[in-house]
Amino acid sequence: MVKILTEHINNPNLHKIDEYQRLGGYKSVEKALKTLTPDEVVEEVKKSGLRGRGGAGFPTGMKWSFIDKKSSNPRYLVCNADEGEPGTFKDRYLMQHNPHALIEGMITSSYALGANTAYIYVRGELYYVIRILERAIDEAYAKGLLGKNILGTGYNLDLYCQPGGGAYICGEETALIESLEGKRGNPRLKPPFPAVSGLYSCPTVVNNVETLAAIPWIVNNGGDEYAKLGVGRSTGTKLISASGHINRPGVYEIEMGLSVEEFIYSDSYCGGIANGKELKAAIPGGSSVPILPKELMLRTATGDARLMTYESLSEGGFETGTMLGSGGFIVMDETTCIVRNTLNFARFYRHESCGQCSPCREGTSWLEKILRRFEHGGATLKDVDLLVSISKNIEGKTICPLGDAAAWPVASAVRHFRHEFEEHVRNNGCTFHQ
Amino acid sequence: MNSNSQPQFSPETLELVEKIKQRYPKGKERSALLPILHIAQAEFGGWLSSEAMDYVASLLGILPIEVYEVATFYSMYNLEPVGNCVIEVCHTGPCQLKGAGDIIKHFEQRLGIKVGETTPDGKFTLKGVECLAACGTAPVMKVGWDYHENLTPDKVDAFLENQKSDGKSSHVNPY
Repeated sequence: MVKILTEHINNPNLHKIDEYQRLGGYKSVEKALKTLTPDEVVEEVKKSGLRGRGGAGFPTGMKWSFIDKKSSNPRYLVCNADEGEPGTFKDRYLMQHNPHALIEGMITSSYALGANTAYIYVRGELYYVIRILERAIDEAYAKGLLGKNILGTGYNLDLYCQPGGGAYICGEETALIESLEGKRGNPRLKPPFPAVSGLYSCPTVVNNVETLAAIPWIVNNGGDEYAKLGVGRSTGTKLISASGHINRPGVYEIEMGLSVEEFIYSDSYCGGIANGKELKAAIPGGSSVPILPKELMLRTATGDARLMTYESLSEGGFETGTMLGSGGFIVMDETTCIVRNTLNFARFYRHESCGQCSPCREGTSWLEKILRRFEHGGATLKDVDLLVSISKNIEGKTICPLGDAAAWPVASAVRHFRHEFEEHVRNNGCTFHQ
Repeated sequence: MNSNSQPQFSPETLELVEKIKQRYPKGKERSALLPILHIAQAEFGGWLSSEAMDYVASLLGILPIEVYEVATFYSMYNLEPVGNCVIEVCHTGPCQLKGAGDIIKHFEQRLGIKVGETTPDGKFTLKGVECLAACGTAPVMKVGWDYHENLTPDKVDAFLENQKSDGKSSHVNPY
């Protein structure tokens, strides 16, 4: 299959610009700046069908076309490298091993957007990745691929890395912008959208690392070629971060449309469940998307094979489906306690709620408290429905999607594993880990 | 830094601060706050005293409260003194599935403290932290700016032996 992001990922010198260029790197900058207008680049990205790889899956070309061209303010491109969704580690992998792919994508994308300054917002824990990126950026300046008058075309671009401070919420684009302005990461009310009023109240596009790193291939080969990969509206390739109880955890680039069964059991990917155990459940798109039991993970409710696409994973809605999200694929074997796992994620979201909206601030605390009763004793059967009720009272009632992200794992765990919650009530606590 | 004296960066660090401020448009230097807080924390003993935060405010020409509200929001900034070596073990979902709880227990036994505490000799602080984006090599910990992946009790023992002999501080300027 075609590998767009990871073809040379095992080459130990890929992070050096000479090696990257020897393998064909930075051709898209030359092609875009010398032979295409910015609008033509946007058009190719639209044709590609590329959708945001951070989790939301919004069409990238359309997002770019919203940028306010009437504004006399400078425009900004910001790369969202605040990877923090539990189960997701693909952007770290890509930046660490293939930093120039991101930088090349940012130059070409900044040109398309008319931005002359761009930032890569990297979570603060990853300073060692920032150092790799900064060395690569210095190399690109030295080659005339960044700075003034890039490749003699008159186009100028400066690119900088910005560290976060340890806050999951800053992966939300308006919180990220606040943080980049040196403030608390409280999400903003939308509208206005960042494309109109983003960084420093200027038109801004925020894109995920993987999204931007796909742009060079699209510019080099054309949007139509990219759209030929994948299935339906899920075009191209996707990086999947595989973790949990599997034989081969790691990052895999797949063509959209691969079956979930092949992904879990093939030796080219996860290599099956570790220690000869059975699959119990999986979360395919990072901790915030609904958990599915084995049967619904491998097949939809109507009996079709479940595929790794936006559409197939969400088939059946939240009753029997889930989401592709960030591609953080967390696998659980038969020994896993779903209640304990749900409690763990509830604690995570309580810790990461910014506290701005009451339903999320209060609701995430209550979810954690009640789940503790299930796990450690003291829960009643009524508490099962109380969890569902609290989830419903958070979902859709907050400024940003963190509320939904906190509610969905709990609601889906109760939906598919209610018997386990009831068993915890009968046993007055967890009996999985004795 | 002596805790009684007014915190002050070295001339080299002040040069670095000026360089970082250049990354942002004129009048938007407040954007430098997060990176400068990381530097201040590393250089002033691993935590941010109110004097250290006031000093950072003065460097950026902003109000002390604007620094406090940021420092209290982000979990990487320590607002109380910590040990010479801060051990941050990820305890979120995928790491928990792969035994992060046992790793934390092992550290607790070896260090004689509970998670969240500092050893009485001030050498170690043990923290449980949320997802470090390294779930494929779980369980994982971060010490200073280094990641330690695929942890086992034996690796923890080896780390502690090494740390006890060289006494390296985890408070390192990230730049």
